[in-house]
Amino acid sequence: MTMIVDIVISALVLLGAGFVLIGSWGLVRLPSTMERLHGPTKATTLGLGALLLGSVLYFQLRLGTWSAHELLISLFLFITAPISANMIAKVHLHRLHTGALSEPDSIAGPPPRPGDDGDWATFAEPQQDTPAATANT
Amino acid sequence: MIAWALNIASVAVALALLLNGWRLLKGPALGDRIVALDTMVINVIALIVLIGMIGGNDTYFEAALLLAMVGFVSTIAYCKFILRGDIVE
Repeated sequence: MTMIVDIVISALVLLGAGFVLIGSWGLVRLPSTMERLHGPTKATTLGLGALLLGSVLYFQLRLGTWSAHELLISLFLFITAPISANMIAKVHLHRLHTGALSEPDSIAGPPPRPGDDGDWATFAEPQQDTPAATANT
Repeated sequence: MIAWALNIASVAVALALLLNGWRLLKGPALGDRIVALDTMVINVIALIVLIGMIGGNDTYFEAALLLAMVGFVSTIAYCKFILRGDIVE
């Protein structure tokens, strides 16, 4: 029984650290900014989730103490990682829009246009009757 | 076995931090640097959890929880500052 627990905890910890490393390797290797967002936001979040799960099991099954911090950390990270990725993508779109930088060649090509004649919602003028418009002026 | 796994994982996470630091220094776009900083915060959380597991002590996990919150808020504040030139309007 102890052997199985050891194997499961070690596998979770190694899987988590491996995914964290793959995420950072993707951040270094991928050619354009929009693609570099993929590595950290997906692989690193998954890796940290596995690591925290391994930590919960380790403290519960090996040391006999219950610690709920890991669950809070993983819940918070899983909620916030997409939001910060969205904000970073918006920053990048804005800096492309204002001509502050030029996009290098990427694997997938430029991101597809939004439908019809419109542009990204983040470039739209703020509406007068909305109290907190987040569009750029 | 767990001790070996924890050591290997610590080395892997430290290597990931170095790779993030390389991207933070090199850029070239501002978005890359923000992504690198955000990922560094997540990797530091992983490192704190590993240190807590090696020491068999969960006191450090409160620091990891605080770092998760502060890292998210700082990333959003930086992005808002670039988007709007202001953080709290």
